[in-house]
Amino acid sequence: MATVDSTVRAGAHRDRGADTAAGLSPYRLGLRRLRRNKAALAFGALFGVIVVLCLCAPLYADRVAHTSPNANHVTETVTVGGVRKDVVSPTGQPIGPTWQGRFLLGADQNGRDIAVRLLYGGRNSLEVGALATLLTMVLATIAGIVAGYFRGFVDGVLARVLDLIWAYPVVLLGIALGTSLALGGISIGPLHLEGNSLLVPAFIIGIVYIPYVAKPIRGQVLRLREQEFVDAARVGGAGPLRIMWSEILPNLSSTIIVFVPLMIANAILLEAALSYLGAGVQPPNPSWGTMISDGIRLIPSAMHLTFVPGLMLVLAVLGINVFGDGVRDALDPRAKVRLEEHAEEASR
Amino acid sequence: MTRFVIRRLISMVLVLFAISVLTFLIFQVIPNGDPAQRMAGRLSTPETVAAIRRTWGFDDPIWQQYLTTMKKIFTGEVISYTQQVNVLDQIWQDLPATLSLAIGAGIIWFVMGVLFGVLSALRAGHFTDRALTVAALVGVSTPVFLLGAVALYFFAFKVQLFPNGGYVPLTQDPVDWLYHLILPWLCLSVLFIGIYSRVLRSNLLDTMSEDYVRTARAKGISERRVLVRHVLRNSLIPIVALWSLDFAAVIGGGAILTESVFNLQGVGQYAAESIHQLDVPPVMVVVMLGAFAVVILSAITDVIFALLDPRIRLTGS
Amino acid sequence: MGSRQPTPNADHLLEVEDLRVAFRTEDGVVQAVDGVSFHVDAGEVLAIVGESGCGKSVTGMTLMGLTRSPNARFAGRATFDGQDLVSASDEQLRRIRGAEIAMVFQDPMCSLNPVQRVGTQIAEQLRAHNELDKDAATERARGLLERVGIPRPAERLRAFPHELSGGMRQRVMIAMALSCDPRLLIADEPTTALDVTIQAQILEEVRQLREETGAGVILITHDLGVVADVADRIAVMYAGQIVEQGTLDEIFYDPQHPYTWGLLGSIARVDRPRPARLPAIAGTPPSLANPPHGCRFRPRCPHAFAQCSELPPLETRAGHPDRCWLTPQEKREKREVAGQIGLAGGEVAAA
Repeated sequence: MATVDSTVRAGAHRDRGADTAAGLSPYRLGLRRLRRNKAALAFGALFGVIVVLCLCAPLYADRVAHTSPNANHVTETVTVGGVRKDVVSPTGQPIGPTWQGRFLLGADQNGRDIAVRLLYGGRNSLEVGALATLLTMVLATIAGIVAGYFRGFVDGVLARVLDLIWAYPVVLLGIALGTSLALGGISIGPLHLEGNSLLVPAFIIGIVYIPYVAKPIRGQVLRLREQEFVDAARVGGAGPLRIMWSEILPNLSSTIIVFVPLMIANAILLEAALSYLGAGVQPPNPSWGTMISDGIRLIPSAMHLTFVPGLMLVLAVLGINVFGDGVRDALDPRAKVRLEEHAEEASR
Repeated sequence: MTRFVIRRLISMVLVLFAISVLTFLIFQVIPNGDPAQRMAGRLSTPETVAAIRRTWGFDDPIWQQYLTTMKKIFTGEVISYTQQVNVLDQIWQDLPATLSLAIGAGIIWFVMGVLFGVLSALRAGHFTDRALTVAALVGVSTPVFLLGAVALYFFAFKVQLFPNGGYVPLTQDPVDWLYHLILPWLCLSVLFIGIYSRVLRSNLLDTMSEDYVRTARAKGISERRVLVRHVLRNSLIPIVALWSLDFAAVIGGGAILTESVFNLQGVGQYAAESIHQLDVPPVMVVVMLGAFAVVILSAITDVIFALLDPRIRLTGS
Repeated sequence: MGSRQPTPNADHLLEVEDLRVAFRTEDGVVQAVDGVSFHVDAGEVLAIVGESGCGKSVTGMTLMGLTRSPNARFAGRATFDGQDLVSASDEQLRRIRGAEIAMVFQDPMCSLNPVQRVGTQIAEQLRAHNELDKDAATERARGLLERVGIPRPAERLRAFPHELSGGMRQRVMIAMALSCDPRLLIADEPTTALDVTIQAQILEEVRQLREETGAGVILITHDLGVVADVADRIAVMYAGQIVEQGTLDEIFYDPQHPYTWGLLGSIARVDRPRPARLPAIAGTPPSLANPPHGCRFRPRCPHAFAQCSELPPLETRAGHPDRCWLTPQEKREKREVAGQIGLAGGEVAAA
């Protein structure tokens, strides 16, 4: 499609490579474009900072707060500014932020240190998010490549399965799996998970999002396999596995890279939603979702219980979202990968 | 054209069947433990569990269990043992609230989403565009239940501008009905507005650089006509498709979170409460019916689209 | 392959003087058109020839004002009917577009609105410039389709672009362009996306149009075969500038610029013995963001010498204007390669 701008730009770009012996690979070009995107970098750093903080949860709990995330201090008192205050008042009112080592951000109605729970909860939420994303990307890539490359019967079956998972509304599927697995865990063949293991929500979220990644990948593979270099490899004697690994997969890399931050954001949000409902991370394990749900009942009197984890959640997701946008703009400025927008909303 | 419709409907029926099987597997087969115990819920007695096992046939072969389960769900025989209510009756009672929420929000988010998308595209690169993009990003990063909690805190508690949740049926008092729904509508819409405005913005910008828009300009028609009849009209097509899918998803269960925060006593909230108590029967029925609603609505949408977009109609794809 | 002497016209239909177009991109300023001057008279076909990226399309589109954007900068004049197109207001241009000056684009599949019927699209243009109601416009559209040789025009009005073949789509584009009786037609690579057999038909349409209406035509193309068929005069463009300009006979039989020799030499000829390899011009066109100093063809020219480090002005040195420092005598000698016109060193085709 020849717009004036694109023709002109093509000419300008041609000169870039003329000075260097080899042209810049799309990744180097993408990296350079990303580096120029200050906003994306800043928000990516924000996300990074939050991740680091949460990973330091045990450190914080030990050195600064001197407590653990589930430790109950209902009947204790703490000194704030020279005054002795109840951690949880006789009327059930927990203490607000003390801005000191213990109960930095206050306590919840069970007398637990919010700051400690925030970091541990964050670690749980991020862990679930990361594991789920890993599961999604690996399975979706395999499914997409296999379906797109082999076509025919294999594709027919895989595509139907993907469509089925995709047809099931994300939240409902998550709830369904979450509720039923919450009590007894899962036990199919080699897969044994306890009901309150973190792997359960990670597994659920990972499965739920597979179609959102697999379908675009499959579409791309269908286009790629028609290209000459695949024929050339086949003629050169390469078997299907080799072709998929060394010809097709590298051409999918930028699509995959673009998907990762977006999937992380979706996973974190879905985990928060499921945990909020009780179908995700199970008590007493903290998670930003469960903290928000616990705190909502006490909003009028103790709004920090909801706002603190809520703020962290929004900042983390915003950070990875803006960064993910930047990655997509850098690698694929005319991105046709818009399905992720649909995926984002599905976790509502 | 008729062939396309028939094919689509057949595919819909197959998907519905597959969903019913999947739901059945998820609730009865896959998890560990005793299904009858799970059905009975947290406060169960050995007698209840035994009774459940009998009526649901958990000692029967799996395919028979499946048939029993489906029969019970669709004939309204499913009872929640923890709450002692008939699930389908409860769902029927709660449906108006959910529909009110979904339809109202659907209209709002479509109109606002298109509006902001057009604004952003026309002022691309300028302040308005950047501000709207930031707002959209924040909207997309905030879970709706958090937004609802914050909104209630500021607008219902601190400043008594809106009621503190609750639902008033339309038949009872239209004004009050509206009054109670405004905040939930806005909160549920925020996320979708964020997405739609960004998708429309990039669709518009893409379309504006298409060759046929250049031709339209070369024909000498007014810029306004180019924008509306060529650019906007073509860019809206995918948005409308997206909208119908999202609307179906909201009806199908996406409204759960909003309903529970605002205490709207809708189907979603019913499901949410059941989840919290790990009360399985209502969850199973809601999930099943919700998925069905989504699949049926999206099939209807596809057919309507085939009527509208000539390319689909003629190629049947 | 006849050529017509340009009708001595005191007033040219279109007179372009020193047109310059620059775009600001993320990689710097790109000078797409760098001082281009030519004229077109009523009833004649001017072909602008060059490789992709030489600025010929930008020139054509600038005449219609289609390149205007916040990132674009213009200089120079393009006088049409006493009015300067470069400095005209958007509204003035809009009235001229589609009515006085019409354009046909390269790829009719992409250039027609895919979700609108063909008849509607033609009628839209008619109603933008004439007071017509829908039925009258539709009837006129039907007549136009008939005129460009589309069978069963009444049925075809209701067709969508993807229901028509490539050749028919292009005819629709031409019908659209002709709908308001333009006095100047700009055709940007009208046959590039079409089969060779259809090409001939489309060019025939262009020829007929010129005969019937006396309109002037600017034919933008990279294909010299197309040019030989239809053009009266030719302007050869390279790297944003015109490097040679003359009548059809002058360019084909007495070319003065090495780039033109290369173009002519690279045409596959049926009336000569087949060469071992199809000759090509070595190297690639320069970037318009950073054009080379001096003669822009110098990096690829086997005949370059010391003087070429200075940009040659477009001057008539032997019959018609060109941009080459070589003397006419040297040119006559150097352009003969293996018995025909070509660029020396071209047989070693750049892979």
